[in-house]
Amino acid sequence: MPNRHRKTKSKYTADRSIPGSFEGETVTRRRFMNLAANGAGAVAAAAFTLPALGFAIAPIFKRQAWEWQPIGRPADFTQSAYATKVINITPGIGEAGNTIAYVRARDPSIDKEPEDQYNRWVALSSRCMHLGCPVRYVSAAQRFICPCHGGVYDFRGMVAGGPPVRPLDRFYTRINQSTGLVEVGPRYSVNNELQRFSPRFPGEPLDGIGQFLYPAQFASSSKP
Amino acid sequence: MPRIPAPPLPKALQPRPKRPGQDVEAGAATPVEAGITVVDWLDERTALSPGIRWLMWRKVPRGINWAYTLGSATLFAFLNQAVTGVFLAMYYRPDAAGGAYESIRNINDNVFLGQFVHGMHKWGASVMIILIFLHMGRVFFYGAYKYPRELTWVIGVVLVILTLAMGFTGYLLPFDQRAYWASVVGININAGGPFVGPFLSNFLFGGADFNATTLSRFYAIHMLVIPGAMAALIGAHLYLVTKLGITAPPWLKPGADDTDHALAEAEV
Repeated sequence: MPNRHRKTKSKYTADRSIPGSFEGETVTRRRFMNLAANGAGAVAAAAFTLPALGFAIAPIFKRQAWEWQPIGRPADFTQSAYATKVINITPGIGEAGNTIAYVRARDPSIDKEPEDQYNRWVALSSRCMHLGCPVRYVSAAQRFICPCHGGVYDFRGMVAGGPPVRPLDRFYTRINQSTGLVEVGPRYSVNNELQRFSPRFPGEPLDGIGQFLYPAQFASSSKP
Repeated sequence: MPRIPAPPLPKALQPRPKRPGQDVEAGAATPVEAGITVVDWLDERTALSPGIRWLMWRKVPRGINWAYTLGSATLFAFLNQAVTGVFLAMYYRPDAAGGAYESIRNINDNVFLGQFVHGMHKWGASVMIILIFLHMGRVFFYGAYKYPRELTWVIGVVLVILTLAMGFTGYLLPFDQRAYWASVVGININAGGPFVGPFLSNFLFGGADFNATTLSRFYAIHMLVIPGAMAALIGAHLYLVTKLGITAPPWLKPGADDTDHALAEAEV
């Protein structure tokens, strides 16, 4: 059977008996005009669509700024009780940018994670690890309790009950040698062994497969 | 210019025939300059009237009932949201640093009819959600999503999702405690999706956490991005409804009595 598709036409328009064709012309002027007009339209549309799209998704890749914030003298914090400190995690939006850190001095008898210069004071974030509501410390029960969906954390911030998937986030703390004040730095997330991870959203477990399902964010603040 | 045949008028509105002996009009034999109405002028240039007649006067099956009005009701809820939303935007300021909550308080306390317009927008949002799901239920239980109306159904489902997205983005705008924490929780629920969830939350927050751009971002999505998409999709939805006609109730069995000549001409 003869292959009809093998019988190629000449690439020259003149050989294909197209009216008005020129010697040596391979693309008809109508086709060239179509391509040029559509191409120009595509370039024009991309010229405003792509920058607008990048404009909208740029915050995903922007690192959050942070700074050390003094919260008190070392004598203000005991091992047995939490002090409530208001710190600012998002500048520029007033009250809405503030959050609460529950701070106490490190107690080596219960805090088994390795000590370094950043955890001599334990500063827990009030953000619940279920969906991000603010937890409240109830000193009589020595528990952190979330008002939204009943998450409960023990004195160390470990999950004691309810839906939270990992212990309360923490803040880096340090002592500023020149002022003698305790300072709070960026937030970090922990898994059930209190290993440090870059900040994750609530509801993202960091044990087992969770640490691979929820990758570190471009937008998270860096280590101190 | 050829006149479009007028829709059938009720008897009371039809011109009465001339009584005998009254039919002599003065100057009927002499040509006079014919007047042209604004409607005729527009129609001559746009030829819109066939389209309007195509949309407004069409055959509907017998046996339709009040459940068939749920789509129109949802449309009017959308129009209510659009109109009240536009006017709320005249007084609202999406400023998280102090301004958003105060501007809503100003609307409620000081602006003439402000509490009413705000209330229409707030409660109208709930009404629209209820109506759109009732409409969806009507279409589902009447089997109206079947061939050839699948695309109408698909567009409708997208409209349901966009309506819910409107509810989500609009909830933050009053910027009181309930609005703030509900939005934080909602965005954190987004983050629960593996791999892409955290990036979606970063996109919604406009950063790693709630920040100065989050509120204006939600405001832009709420009043520009989604309403534009919804208006376009509602247009496509209505076009398909008109093009394909509406289904008879499922309890009407197709039979000799239900052929074309039995279709009632009705105004919808």
